Amino acid sequence: MPSEIAFFTFAGLTLISAIAAMTMRNLVYCGLCSAAAFAGIAAIYLQLSAEFVGFAQFLVYVGAIAILIVFTVLLTRGTDIKPTVAIVSRGWIAGVVIAGLVFASISVPVFMSATLWRTAPPEVAAPVEMIGLELMTRYILPLEAIGLLLTVALIGAVVIAMREKPAESIEPEVTDLEENSTPAPRFDVSSLEVKS
Amino acid sequence: MTKLDQIFVSTKHWLVGLAPEMLQSLASILLSIIPIMAVFGGCFAVTTILERKGLGRIQNRFGPNRVGPFGFLQPMADGIKMLTKEDIVPFQSDKVMHFLAPIVLTVPIWLAFSVLPFGRNMVAVDFNAGILFFFAAGAASELAVFMAGWASQNKYSLMGAMRAMAQMISYEVPLVLSAIPVIMIAGSLSLPQIVEAQAGYGAGWFPQWHVFTPWGLAGFGLFLVAATAESNRSPFDLPEGESELIAGFLTEYSGFKYALFFLGEYLGLFAISGLAVTLFLGGWHAPLPILEWLPSWFWFFVKFASLIAAFIWVRGTMPRLRMDQLLNLSWKFLVPLAVLNLFVTAVWHFSSNWQSFGGLAARWLMCGGLLAAAYVLLGRSLSRGQGTPRKYTYAE
Repeated sequence: MPSEIAFFTFAGLTLISAIAAMTMRNLVYCGLCSAAAFAGIAAIYLQLSAEFVGFAQFLVYVGAIAILIVFTVLLTRGTDIKPTVAIVSRGWIAGVVIAGLVFASISVPVFMSATLWRTAPPEVAAPVEMIGLELMTRYILPLEAIGLLLTVALIGAVVIAMREKPAESIEPEVTDLEENSTPAPRFDVSSLEVKS
Repeated sequence: MTKLDQIFVSTKHWLVGLAPEMLQSLASILLSIIPIMAVFGGCFAVTTILERKGLGRIQNRFGPNRVGPFGFLQPMADGIKMLTKEDIVPFQSDKVMHFLAPIVLTVPIWLAFSVLPFGRNMVAVDFNAGILFFFAAGAASELAVFMAGWASQNKYSLMGAMRAMAQMISYEVPLVLSAIPVIMIAGSLSLPQIVEAQAGYGAGWFPQWHVFTPWGLAGFGLFLVAATAESNRSPFDLPEGESELIAGFLTEYSGFKYALFFLGEYLGLFAISGLAVTLFLGGWHAPLPILEWLPSWFWFFVKFASLIAAFIWVRGTMPRLRMDQLLNLSWKFLVPLAVLNLFVTAVWHFSSNWQSFGGLAARWLMCGGLLAAAYVLLGRSLSRGQGTPRKYTYAE
């Protein structure tokens, strides 16, 4: 019974913060709510005694992905974006169709597989070691493929972010600030205000 | 001897036995948590005064010397001051997040202490993946710093928070990478087992700590540098660089919330020092066989205290880095060196049957030479162009 209470608490927390992350207007709140949702999923993993997966989920998603999200929000557009389209619009139909297709393409194999009807295996003594051994033996090819994919993504990100030098000679540096008619782009705090 | 060694464990068992049957598990949990909070809370108070005294000594002044004998009651006075100060919340700020940030920072750091082995049989929770738990608990502090900086609605706060996040993300990579060789050699993610792997003495007297191997020495150095940056201490204290950003993300905090940030920062330093002791300095093992009669927890805290002293010393000695130097140091120096260290560790592991004197020397030369060559080459490339005279654009 206590485990069920814990499960419903974590599941409720995850769902509520995920819904909040989708519906809130302020993008920073959305990022933080999705961090809370990630933490809730990690708690559910821990409750299923999948320690390694739970900690890794927390470390990667809350520690890195959530930070990346808020970082991107702050560096790109500011936080209070006036919506250009109403939340309920015609784009929804396409969205619902795509979401349904994705859900079907995941759920059909899941329901057809034998995994669903298998009874739970007995408690394993040292799951972390088993994960390591399986990754290094049986699943070595998927592991390498994922590593390659991530390397490609990393190199791609660096190439996109790399500043290209103009073909012409570089403009002489402006030494006097007053000569410069257009002020240098500055960090604008007013764009970051919550309440306008 | 074993009695003194296990005094805390046996006291806990005795106290749990006194509790009624139904409450015993609860009592056991409480008796694991309360000593940790009391000891490291006390460490916090003592470290603040010792740090101010030590910095004063380094800078040729007295430091605090008014409250109590030699000023040693200063932490009490500071605590009362912090508690009674007015709590100012800026009008424009985001009230909820401004309130939550210090809590989100402090609570996960307490969790990190639960997996550290403070002595023989003295660990609150022995997780199978303890070291992963430690890093996961530390990961939440970055979000807290961001929340503090953003909720304050102040440009200095926000810039401080952005700096802090960039710094913490960059230095988390070498921190974790320098801990991985230890896991490779010990073959376990559990911290008590990592301590167990460093037991025993080579040739009857030489401790088998990880720091006394080429990869361990390099890893320990990398770990300490990354740990200093993770805990935002000088020379990596740019997020609150007072000459540029007032106090960074702490600018709009006062009173007890400020004290909580302060506490969180010191606790982070303690936790990471405890991890360094566990991973590289043999945990609670005595340095020499003849010193084994002293209790295990004594040795843990001796090593812990010397690391804290080293951190205070570094803070008093080193000037602050510039932002570009900070990021270059991490990505162009620490990360490549840490990755090479993984390879060197593998070489060390697979040459572990070279036990003759010549074999041992060859092993040391090979592993140490690889690391030393990489250190020199990476250091040269990092400092290229740094020796030229500086060009001032606006202040000729």
